Amino acid sequence: MYDTIIIGAGMSGLAAGIRLAHFNRRVCILERHSVIGGLNSFYRHRGRNYDVGLHAVTNYSPRGSRRGPLARLLRQLRLRWDELALAPQVGSMIAFPSVRLRFSNDLALLESEIAAQFPAERDNFRRLVASMGDYEELDLAGSASSARAEVARWIRDPLLTDMLFCPLLYYGGAREHDMDFAHFCILFRSIFVEGLARPLAGIRLILKKLADRFKSLGGELRLRAGVQSIVVKDDKAEKILLEDGTELAARRILSSAGWHETMELCNHDAQRQLVGGLSFVESISVLDAEPRRLGHDRTIVFFNDSDRFDYRDPGELVDLRSGIICSPNNFVYDEPSREGMMRITALASYDRWAQLDEAEYRLAKLRCHDRMVASAVRFVPDFRSAVIDTDFFTPKTIQRFTGRQRGAVYGAPRKRPDGRTHLDNLFICGTDQGLVGIIGTLLSGVAVANRYLLE
Amino acid sequence: MTASEIREAILSILSDLAPDEDLSQLKEDVPLRDQLELDSMDFLDIVMELRKRYRVQIPEEDYAALTSMKSTVEYLEPLMKDL
Repeated sequence: MYDTIIIGAGMSGLAAGIRLAHFNRRVCILERHSVIGGLNSFYRHRGRNYDVGLHAVTNYSPRGSRRGPLARLLRQLRLRWDELALAPQVGSMIAFPSVRLRFSNDLALLESEIAAQFPAERDNFRRLVASMGDYEELDLAGSASSARAEVARWIRDPLLTDMLFCPLLYYGGAREHDMDFAHFCILFRSIFVEGLARPLAGIRLILKKLADRFKSLGGELRLRAGVQSIVVKDDKAEKILLEDGTELAARRILSSAGWHETMELCNHDAQRQLVGGLSFVESISVLDAEPRRLGHDRTIVFFNDSDRFDYRDPGELVDLRSGIICSPNNFVYDEPSREGMMRITALASYDRWAQLDEAEYRLAKLRCHDRMVASAVRFVPDFRSAVIDTDFFTPKTIQRFTGRQRGAVYGAPRKRPDGRTHLDNLFICGTDQGLVGIIGTLLSGVAVANRYLLE
Repeated sequence: MTASEIREAILSILSDLAPDEDLSQLKEDVPLRDQLELDSMDFLDIVMELRKRYRVQIPEEDYAALTSMKSTVEYLEPLMKDL
């Protein structure tokens, strides 16, 4: 009998597992896939390493910082700052047709860009930042106010409003067009105030560090251990049935599989199906040189080709009007790389991809890749002549490897901040608990473990 | 344990919690919260580490005693003297 079984070896499950194992709980993490990571994972393809999931770690703070989510996380997981090997971004940009706003890991740059491009909004932006107060506290209570409405109290210019929402929605928007104001504040802080970073070796470095720590503390990690169902008896999760027929008993269960996905495992009829949720396609181009050799030095470019930003399910294979262009090379690493990479992410309709047959699906991937790159080079130097390999993933790929319904990478539109479910001994963490980004989802696992599983 | 052994035990917990900190400069009577910017989650961890390592139970109403190094050692002395 385990004290806790954790479903999913992604960031939140691993973080929760480390907390429990550190305090001598008998804990097992079950991962359906053969690789850890979940929504933020990695793979090897034709001899090269690729990351999937977020382009960067947000909530960066430099060595020696004692405040903020990263510092708090390091203490909770007993990690030294340099163990995550984070290299800060070079600098990013929000690019709309008539205006470009650069930002970095110092809010002063964004402030000065806004002062130069939107002089009438300079003070309003400062007031907005001041009004956000201190959302640093891990708040499991949640709120439900519209960020669009709150921001409109300060910012008058709809173009600036959409330019600010664009990166935040793209890096954490679980529902269309708007988000909770608390969610906005957390994302704003994580992206614009604290900022972006990445290890040179990518997300695998962080995941391996977490998995090694978990195992060294006596935690048990089972790969290729998909959960068939959570057996419920008398309002309690009694045991877990694995796909291979194994039964496992635990006093408590923590699921990072997603809210609806977890309800489906419980056969909880009312909430088995995710409605809504947003998904993406991503095209990856490997280049024969680092992008800066081609004149591109930005870390991330959030682009949109009109003055209004439309963040919703496009009802098409890909929404070519906007997207994210990430160059994983453009962080401040200690050493150069032989090759370069450009990742382009855009909104996509799960339903449209799901309707295609096998041959149509393969063809659509090729076509969308070319169209996305053509769309992106309107905002960055044309890198097409330097491409030596490509890969592409769709909402169906995401669903297949993460188990997320509809390939919804930011989960269900409604979050469950307190982590509780209809069962006394079943809890959820991760994306559907509501904290976002890599540091956020790690803290989600920590917070739910501390609150319910360490008693 | 003597007062100085208890102090060493606390230092060991703090260095696990915040491995990047230089604890040699820690002041005895300045709140740890201010010196190391520890938050409530960290104080709970100190309590849990004391339980894990020394089986010392600290009731919630006494958490305020763990403010500074000095107050923590004074509070723990009677609880840990026989360890």
